[in-house]
Amino acid sequence: MTNWQEELQSRVETIEKGGNEKYHAQNEEKGKMFVRERLKQLFDNDVQVEDGKFANEMAEGLPADGVVTGMGRIHGQNVCFMANDSTVKAGSWGARTVEKIIRIQEQAENLGLPMLYLVDSAGARITDQVEMFPNRRGAGRIFHNQVKLSGQVPQVCLLFGPSAAGGAYIPAFCDIVIMVDKNASMYLGSPRMAEMVIGEKVSLEEMGGADMHCSVSGCGDYLAVDEREAIQAARTYLGYFPSNYQERPPAGLPVPPAEKEKALQDLIPENQNAPFNMHEFIEHLIDEDSFFEMKKKFAPEIITGFARMDGQPVGIVANQPRAKGGVLFHDSADKAARFITLCDAYGIPLVFLADIPGFMIGTKVERAGIIRHGAKMIAAMSEATVPKLSVIVRKAYGAGLYAMAGPAFEPDCCLALPSAQIAVMGPEAAVNAVYANKISTLPEEERPDFIQEKRTEYQENIDIYRLASELIIDDIVEPDQLRGELLTRLDMYKDKDVTFSKRKHPVYPV
Amino acid sequence: MSKIQASMAGNLWKIVVQEGDQVESGQDVVILESMKMEIPIAAETSGTVKKLLKAEGDFVDEGEDLMELE
Repeated sequence: MTNWQEELQSRVETIEKGGNEKYHAQNEEKGKMFVRERLKQLFDNDVQVEDGKFANEMAEGLPADGVVTGMGRIHGQNVCFMANDSTVKAGSWGARTVEKIIRIQEQAENLGLPMLYLVDSAGARITDQVEMFPNRRGAGRIFHNQVKLSGQVPQVCLLFGPSAAGGAYIPAFCDIVIMVDKNASMYLGSPRMAEMVIGEKVSLEEMGGADMHCSVSGCGDYLAVDEREAIQAARTYLGYFPSNYQERPPAGLPVPPAEKEKALQDLIPENQNAPFNMHEFIEHLIDEDSFFEMKKKFAPEIITGFARMDGQPVGIVANQPRAKGGVLFHDSADKAARFITLCDAYGIPLVFLADIPGFMIGTKVERAGIIRHGAKMIAAMSEATVPKLSVIVRKAYGAGLYAMAGPAFEPDCCLALPSAQIAVMGPEAAVNAVYANKISTLPEEERPDFIQEKRTEYQENIDIYRLASELIIDDIVEPDQLRGELLTRLDMYKDKDVTFSKRKHPVYPV
Repeated sequence: MSKIQASMAGNLWKIVVQEGDQVESGQDVVILESMKMEIPIAAETSGTVKKLLKAEGDFVDEGEDLMELE
């Protein structure tokens, strides 16, 4: 070996070791893998291409300038990535760190490949601020690029550690944020800063911990117990997605649904107002073990997740009567709006399963802006041009029918189970709304009979066969035929090509 | 000690446990009636019901304490 070769090898070796040994030890204590180990686990066959390995090599102790960027493969699909190295100055960003991230984003755009962000960073390197913060190709450009990439190529964030201050926007602009419990956090100001500036005393976990973000703020989509699970989740997630918006989502092998003890029709209680578990209902319709749920712990009254039906990826939006009666709240509407937009961006057909008493009412939700958030969901659903299948499982009352891709919103079909009920409101509320005055004039003993008679009348008026006869719904389907019916229709609708409207972009109801 | 809270505003329709009962995490302890729906509320942790803070028929707002567990 020549001296030149030896020198090169020795320098590469030094860089690939990352930061000081003691930071490696600290990470190991927290259950954190070294950045190059994470990448090895993530890709089919390790990193394929790495650029800027020698970034800031002239400086002491800043190998690769604290970030690894390049390309690898997941399920044979090429992807671009950036990955912070928290053993190098806590993964902070210097000028070359930022430039490397910007370049790999530009490459992802040019090549039409998914962009992965493996985040574990303390934020800006304050000593380098003039070189990395305010300029045209400073950190702001990373977010600008993310916004530009959004909807072009899938953007996935794996959050292994902190993502602080401005850095917290990297996850915010990704399609999915996978957070490792206890280690991952997102916050604009640290607890120390909060105490100094606003006088609040709070722990990091309470303020910006993974569990909080996955259950309260809704910033996190998937809570992983450790890094291995997080990496596996990212791989699974990408399996539903094409490389970019111009390609079709990848088909998997068709698998029948899991064997169930109960038949589909036995899951739905006779009593319209009694809860049942929509998750079990979904399992009857989809390929076995194909469900990947988004924001499982956040606003559980609506279920959003990817699944495969006969191998083809679909997005499921389903009310969950088991949680808050399946009523839509501001958070659940917001959650669904985002999920629908995500599916529509990458050509993933949407299946809506409706069992909804309506949007929540009362002071609390009005003050939280339920109308504004509800409008978001209705807009996203309305604008979605992927195949859109609406199934009325049980009740669909009021604006709940609208939000769940009701007939007015151009679904490719609106199907109903025989148990379905569609109306402005349920019989109890309706009779009260229409006959309150009349009821109050009746003698006490005549009231129950009168109310019952009117409810029965109302029930007949909203009878599902009547709605089918009026062409409001397209078909009534037997529960045990539902999967087959959906599979056939998904196949029929697969080449749907629709432009929603001609304009620059809508004025989003956000 | 932990408290079980109402997940949404509604009428406290049924309390299905009594003071002194042992409950498991995930077990339904009360059923609210709201938006014409039965809304089961489950215990988030296992424990003994120490005190009921509301009675059947009460209106409860979102986030209000319903009972104490020990």
